[in-house]
Amino acid sequence: MSEVLLQTKNLKKYFSTPRGLLYAVDGVNFSLQKGKTLGVVGESGCGKSTLGRLVLRLLEATSGEIFYNGDDILKYSNEQMNKMRLKMQIIFQDPYASLNPRLTVSDIIAEPLKVCKTVVGKEAINNKVSELMDTVGLADRFVNSYPHELDGGRRQRIGIARALALGPEFIVCDEPVSALDVSIQAQVLNLLMDLQEERGLTYMFITHNLSVVKHISDDIMVMYLGQCVEFCPADELFENTLHPYTQGLLSAIPIANLEVARHSKIFVLKGEVASPINPKPGCRFATRCIYAKAECNNADVPLREISPGHFVACTRYK
Amino acid sequence: MEKALLEIKNLNVVYDTDDARVFAVNGINLVLNEGETLGLVGETGAGKTTTALSILKLLPNGVGKIVSGEIKLSGRDIVVATEEEMQGIRGNLVSMIFQDPMTSLNPVVPVGEQIGEVLELHHKCATTQELESKIDNILSMVGLQAERKNDYPHQFSGGMKQRIVIAIALACEPKLLLADEPTTALDVTIQAQVLELMRDMKEKLKTAMLLITHDLGVVAQICDTVAIMYAGEIIEYGTVEQIFEAPKHHPYTIGLFGSIPDLTKKTKRLTPINGLMPDPTALPSGCSFHVRCPSCMEICKTENPAFFERDGHFLRCHLFSNKDEGKEQNE
Amino acid sequence: MELDNGIDMSTVKIKKRSQFANAWRQFKKNKMGMIGLTVFTVLVLLAVLCPMFISYDYDVIMQHNQIRLQTPSVMHIFGTDQYGRDVFSRIVWGARISLFVGVFTVSLALTVGGTIGALAGYFGGKWDNILMRIMDVFLAMPGTILAVAIVGALGPGLFNILLAMAMCRIPQFARIVRSSVLSIRGLEYIEAAKACGTKTPRILWRHVIPNAIGPIVVQCTLHMATTILGVAGLSFIGLGIQPPIPEWGSMLSEAKEQMRYSSYLMVFPGIAIMISVLSLNLIGDGLRDALDPRLKK
Repeated sequence: MSEVLLQTKNLKKYFSTPRGLLYAVDGVNFSLQKGKTLGVVGESGCGKSTLGRLVLRLLEATSGEIFYNGDDILKYSNEQMNKMRLKMQIIFQDPYASLNPRLTVSDIIAEPLKVCKTVVGKEAINNKVSELMDTVGLADRFVNSYPHELDGGRRQRIGIARALALGPEFIVCDEPVSALDVSIQAQVLNLLMDLQEERGLTYMFITHNLSVVKHISDDIMVMYLGQCVEFCPADELFENTLHPYTQGLLSAIPIANLEVARHSKIFVLKGEVASPINPKPGCRFATRCIYAKAECNNADVPLREISPGHFVACTRYK
Repeated sequence: MEKALLEIKNLNVVYDTDDARVFAVNGINLVLNEGETLGLVGETGAGKTTTALSILKLLPNGVGKIVSGEIKLSGRDIVVATEEEMQGIRGNLVSMIFQDPMTSLNPVVPVGEQIGEVLELHHKCATTQELESKIDNILSMVGLQAERKNDYPHQFSGGMKQRIVIAIALACEPKLLLADEPTTALDVTIQAQVLELMRDMKEKLKTAMLLITHDLGVVAQICDTVAIMYAGEIIEYGTVEQIFEAPKHHPYTIGLFGSIPDLTKKTKRLTPINGLMPDPTALPSGCSFHVRCPSCMEICKTENPAFFERDGHFLRCHLFSNKDEGKEQNE
Repeated sequence: MELDNGIDMSTVKIKKRSQFANAWRQFKKNKMGMIGLTVFTVLVLLAVLCPMFISYDYDVIMQHNQIRLQTPSVMHIFGTDQYGRDVFSRIVWGARISLFVGVFTVSLALTVGGTIGALAGYFGGKWDNILMRIMDVFLAMPGTILAVAIVGALGPGLFNILLAMAMCRIPQFARIVRSSVLSIRGLEYIEAAKACGTKTPRILWRHVIPNAIGPIVVQCTLHMATTILGVAGLSFIGLGIQPPIPEWGSMLSEAKEQMRYSSYLMVFPGIAIMISVLSLNLIGDGLRDALDPRLKK
């Protein structure tokens, strides 16, 4: 049983907007063990990207606690946090916006090394950059290229190399393959999985793509409007789906299989996502839920453990 | 024999950029009948969008050129049509919807007016009342409230915007709808709603559709026939049953299916296709896929394969040739 | 061995093509831009090299009353003015002055305005408000009036003119830099820099500013043009550079008294101003087109 690396308690992030308070992340609890992958799934506006940034303190939480190796990092000073940053890194979604267009590939990968001074000296830095490029499968000849000269898949590899530069233990992967072509997605996913095996990395893998998340995750957390609605081991999510939103999400995925496409009942979720601004008490999914009852709107529905390791926030399960 | 709605014969399209000539589409053939949905599948750079833009002659001015080939709409070759004739066709006989609903709508014009614009351009309504009532009908048809016709695009969500885009495209009840990755930018639950809408429209209006996508799951749900494109060529073509269930496939198609994480099976590693799509300014000799093909043979490097056909399932690969077909039948 | 299109790529050298090199390639295709650049380069060369063939004291300042008001001839290709001074020498020397004023003013405005804009754009909030409202105050005043007021208060003289010219350009640069920075600060590569603990000065210097300067480059050339025109205007009304220093505007002013019989005296300073301003504008337009990614084929 591996130790818990990352744990959050009642993590909240609210943004004040002219129209009111936006509940981006509203009371999220999870724990992630060392060497494992937590898949965070949800659609736009569910708060998954915000959660990823909160955990790295790229955004400051409104309230709650984040425990890394047992210490609450929200209480760290800037200096302590900068030391933490060597251990926790992030890979971004957009292979175009995540790289500085004025820097060469080598500059981009070397930048964290120069900032944190983990490797000093031109030659040592160049060697480290070569090593990292080799690790992610980038040919040496690109060392002086600019990002705009390369395709999306290669650009994403640069992002991965940059994230690995400081030798982190924990990486937040914010939709790292969503912007890539299918065959390139597969290459990059394989790379991420190989790296995890070789280096014992812990991932928080944020995506809206359920097929990808099943492939790479150990546990999956489904988010809706800032809250966690279901949390369980990856296989169980697909075999024993409990929350109505998760059911709708799964059923909406177009499967590349003719039998399934033609004959399975496609349960299309009606309506649109409610507004995250000043939400009313009660279950936030109730407006779209086919099982909604009066009690769903009365009070907030807490996350309950229904079977070992499987948590759901739904009045149908007690 | 019914005349096909859309017939593309040996189409070649290039882009003449400052740097080099980009060979975007290299000799494709397509047939689409009325009411049918053809899925055009491929990855970035395969030439799918270029094909769709060529049908409407919307290639970038001066840069995109149809070098040779025929595009026949209901028997009429539009490659030689004038711009004026094309304006009469666009939005009327053939419509197109694009990938990003955020930028497809004019932000300063109310949505009802944007739908009305296309109706007025093609003189579909005699009076203003007729126009207004038609706009109301179309809005309800795509699942939006008619009362919202004076709202602006930014007041709608992504999924609703795409419905408005579909409404504009279908306003004049075109015979052919070109849809360029219409659901890629949408959340998966909204995608399901929009796909359901498109299926309904297809039934009600009997519109034929050329659906461009890279998602084989979407193809399974909505397409009748499928064409798989690679480096500007169609390398496999057939009915959706043939593409998903036939025993023989082009190695690229096999690679595409292998790249998708399967929800039903537990696999440790995915089997992606090595390498990248070739640079369209410098296509490799012989079969354009040979560099990445796990079954590459000597002949693949020098000769571009001819089509092998069985029951309307076309494959462009040296692994399958009509000569072998003869041998097989004799065994 | 990495195969790309069947060619062994390990032996192929990749040409380093920075965005600057790309922009230069695009610019070269713009005929008008290249004409502007050529003309301007000639002007610069003349301005820089003229002390080698023109003596400031003898040709430009000293009065030679015996050869006054001579029409253009082989000896004096632009003729001589009312004090017998060679007009050609004065025009070329005037280029030195105008270019110096242009470059200095724009550099000053860019440094001060750019810094203000970058800080306002990056930090936002209260600082953005304070800084930009101060800028608004300056923007509200018409440039020429402001310049006249400053020179009027401080007295004419080279430094005061430079200050006056720079003052009305600082807010314009501040605005442009601010809006550039606003569009960059939310981008993911800035987040990536923060994720490894990069401190703000380095973020600004290495990531924000290099990517924000694109639109400013065009503005610089256009502002140089307006500065040259502005100084000429000030000098024309007597508030700028004082005679006998050969500034084009003051030459024009003096020439108007001789307009009746020696009208050639007005032509040459006028053309000089026109050519410099026009060439700078052509360069500016060419640059804008070269840097606009949408215009690339």
